[in-house]
Amino acid sequence: MSEPVVLVSARNLRKQFGAVFAARDITVDIHAHSVSGLIGTNGAGKTTFVNMLTGYLKPDQGQIFFDGHEITGRPPREITRMGITRSFQIPQLFDSLTALENVETALGIVGKPLEQAEEILARFELTPFADALAGILPEGVRKLLDIALAMVADPRVLLLDEPTSGVDSSEKFEIMDRIMKIVREAEVTAMFVEHDMEVVRRYSDRVLAFYDGSILAAGAPEEVMRDEKVLEYIIGRPLQAGRPAQAQVVQEGAHA
Amino acid sequence: MLMLPAAIIDGIMYAAWLFLVAVGLTLIYGVMKILNLAHGAFYTLGAYVAATFVGFWLAGDYNPYYSYLLLLLAGVIGGLVLGVLVERGILRRFYKEDQVVLLLVTYAIFLILEDVVKMIWGVEPYVISQPYGLLGSFNIGLLYYPNYNFVILGAAILSGVGLALFLKLTRPGKLLRVVIHDREISMALGINVQRYFLVTFVAGSILAALGGALTAPTISVAPEIGVEVIVLAFAVIVIGGLGSLPGAALGALIVGLVRSFAVHYFPEVELFSIYAVMAVVLIVRPMGLFAAAEPRKI
Amino acid sequence: MKSSSTMHARQRARRPQHALIALVVTLILIALGIGLSTWQFVVVVALSKGLAALGLVLLLRCGLVSFGQGLYYCAGAYAVGMAMSHLGIRDLVPLLLLATVSAAVIAALLGVLLSRYRDIFFAILTLAFTMILYGLLIRNPVLGGSDGFNVQSPTFFLLADGALSRRTMFIITAVVVGVSIWAVQRFLATPMGRLGPAMKDNEIRVEYLGASARRNIFWNYTLAGALAGLGGGLTSFSIGHIDPDLAFWTTSGEFLFIAILGGTRNAYAPFLGAIALELIRSLAFQYVPNSWQIVIGVSMLVIIIFLPGGLISIARLWLRSAARGA
Repeated sequence: MSEPVVLVSARNLRKQFGAVFAARDITVDIHAHSVSGLIGTNGAGKTTFVNMLTGYLKPDQGQIFFDGHEITGRPPREITRMGITRSFQIPQLFDSLTALENVETALGIVGKPLEQAEEILARFELTPFADALAGILPEGVRKLLDIALAMVADPRVLLLDEPTSGVDSSEKFEIMDRIMKIVREAEVTAMFVEHDMEVVRRYSDRVLAFYDGSILAAGAPEEVMRDEKVLEYIIGRPLQAGRPAQAQVVQEGAHA
Repeated sequence: MLMLPAAIIDGIMYAAWLFLVAVGLTLIYGVMKILNLAHGAFYTLGAYVAATFVGFWLAGDYNPYYSYLLLLLAGVIGGLVLGVLVERGILRRFYKEDQVVLLLVTYAIFLILEDVVKMIWGVEPYVISQPYGLLGSFNIGLLYYPNYNFVILGAAILSGVGLALFLKLTRPGKLLRVVIHDREISMALGINVQRYFLVTFVAGSILAALGGALTAPTISVAPEIGVEVIVLAFAVIVIGGLGSLPGAALGALIVGLVRSFAVHYFPEVELFSIYAVMAVVLIVRPMGLFAAAEPRKI
Repeated sequence: MKSSSTMHARQRARRPQHALIALVVTLILIALGIGLSTWQFVVVVALSKGLAALGLVLLLRCGLVSFGQGLYYCAGAYAVGMAMSHLGIRDLVPLLLLATVSAAVIAALLGVLLSRYRDIFFAILTLAFTMILYGLLIRNPVLGGSDGFNVQSPTFFLLADGALSRRTMFIITAVVVGVSIWAVQRFLATPMGRLGPAMKDNEIRVEYLGASARRNIFWNYTLAGALAGLGGGLTSFSIGHIDPDLAFWTTSGEFLFIAILGGTRNAYAPFLGAIALELIRSLAFQYVPNSWQIVIGVSMLVIIIFLPGGLISIARLWLRSAARGA
């Protein structure tokens, strides 16, 4: 097994919104071909981190490197062209175009032949929706289409912002299976923001736990999910003996 | 040497007229987020109704001093009737459309109303200059100004202060301020935003018609007077800030003074200067000098 | 699943023959113009305005409403007029080139600025700029002031022994329009051309796919200005007179109406709208001379409510059923 290469690294990222510290001195390395799960309560800084990585926000201080190049503060379209793409918590699609046309648009921008559109849809098992307008598709399909668009550019790093939020719990794992299969086949380095601990446990090699703008813990899922601080601030503990029923609810973590 | 005070006084007088004409437009935008191109047509209508009322009155040999009351009445009645007709009859069907479609809708309404005016009053201009000259004039050295200008100045101040007090002190006024500030929050608070649309549109229409009515004695009332007024009003409210009342006053002052100085010192740039200032403000500070709306700028 | 993908592949392969269609349409227009000489003037003016509206269609597809196409229309017309009177150029080709290029240059300069604005601010800013030109022209005696000035007929290569006849001018206009339609249809088939509706839907997504919305809008805006300038140049010959009213906001408003009436589906739509408008206007003028603006205003509202796709959507349905029935 070869030495894992660091693909993305963040150094001392700081970001403040008024009195809120969305990022306090974040330093982390992401290795090539890894799948990292980002967990944390709302407002902990996960999405800010993703936004800084993809160019939506400029850090107040600190640097971000991708494959040796500095990408701090560059606009989204440059970062996309360099190889980092993202999907969105609320799918960003072209609602008045069909699913097929959505993919064709992405292909056109990237400069690839439009004929590949059907194959891309097929890979995500979205072919039945090819001629339906994106605006009226069911939420799970929209999410997949959003991710498909992000994959059109053959990125090296893919960031998924809450890929299973708003999706039925019965479908969550099916969708994540589909996504992760494609991610691993394409050897893409992935990071996903998630609230569902079971999803995180199943699909990530590595977990980054955010709290109040800092990374509380980073490491293998089992380690991080048992870390004292993580349990205290993010996942929650079972209540003291005497109330087993409620303990069940709390143990499901940040699902409030 | 007389140029400077003349330019300043002219500028202030013109600014008062501009404010009167533009304040309704900014109010409608502030509450309804609609840039009402038909505003020019309400102005025109106010002028025609005034011409009709006053023409009638003066022909009947009644006391000419009551003609001022008639001017006010013309503005209020004209604006009220037309405002209700247009809002209920046409405008409200398009509220779900986006801002730019609504702009085109108001443009269509403008075209329709221009011809309605022609149909009712014909194309020949009307002149009712008596109220203009009746009040005499005052002198500052060699410069003389008709006292009628004070009517316009007074009307501008009254409407500005009146609106400001209404928005600040009365309950419906305060609710309107919330709607102007953020429509979504006001709906979340349970404010029936659409009910306020009718009131606002009618108020704006009355103000426009009042502007036209009070201007009527100073011009020759013809069908095309609305077309130039609308862009001037646009310039005023854009400079001051769309939806802002103090902005309209500041915008009027700026446009008034700029135009006045141009007229006195560089007549060739009179029109150009107004729109140049408008463009500069839009570029440098798109939300206007008193921000009440956010710009969509990348 | 296989059949769906081959269906799409077949659809894509059936690339429309843009040049052929444009040629046919041009020939039809020429035939109409020669056949119905009474309508010749109306149609030639409509075609010139249609060019300005075609530029506007490009912008509307990106989601931008411009009240400033008149600026370029006027600039093109004045470029022609001034080149004729001050530079002595009388030949058609250099004059039209001058009109198009000067308009394009101004559009490029303003486009750098305007491509950063959207929605109502874009609309108002374009209105401000066209009124600036109006203000400059109307008080400028050198450029004719508020009366403007007259423009003679141009010469054209072989027919150099005199000015062009109205009929020849009509044919030339039709050909220029045909070529423009072909060029724009080709443009709309390129990746940049297809980006318009996507930008209108979701500009953020476009940026995150790696394209620059601003650059796209810049090119669309410059092309729109060039088309309007070309239209302005043609119109100066056809009407024989130019004045600052071309830059007044109501001229731009008329282009806007033409674009909405015609639709924004393709490059033919605005010409359909322009001819329809001129026909409506001529008829309304004959029968209800003081109410033709009411007719236009009501038509606009009707189109917005009932036919947001414009007349071209009816035309396409009709053509499609005719093709199926044939």
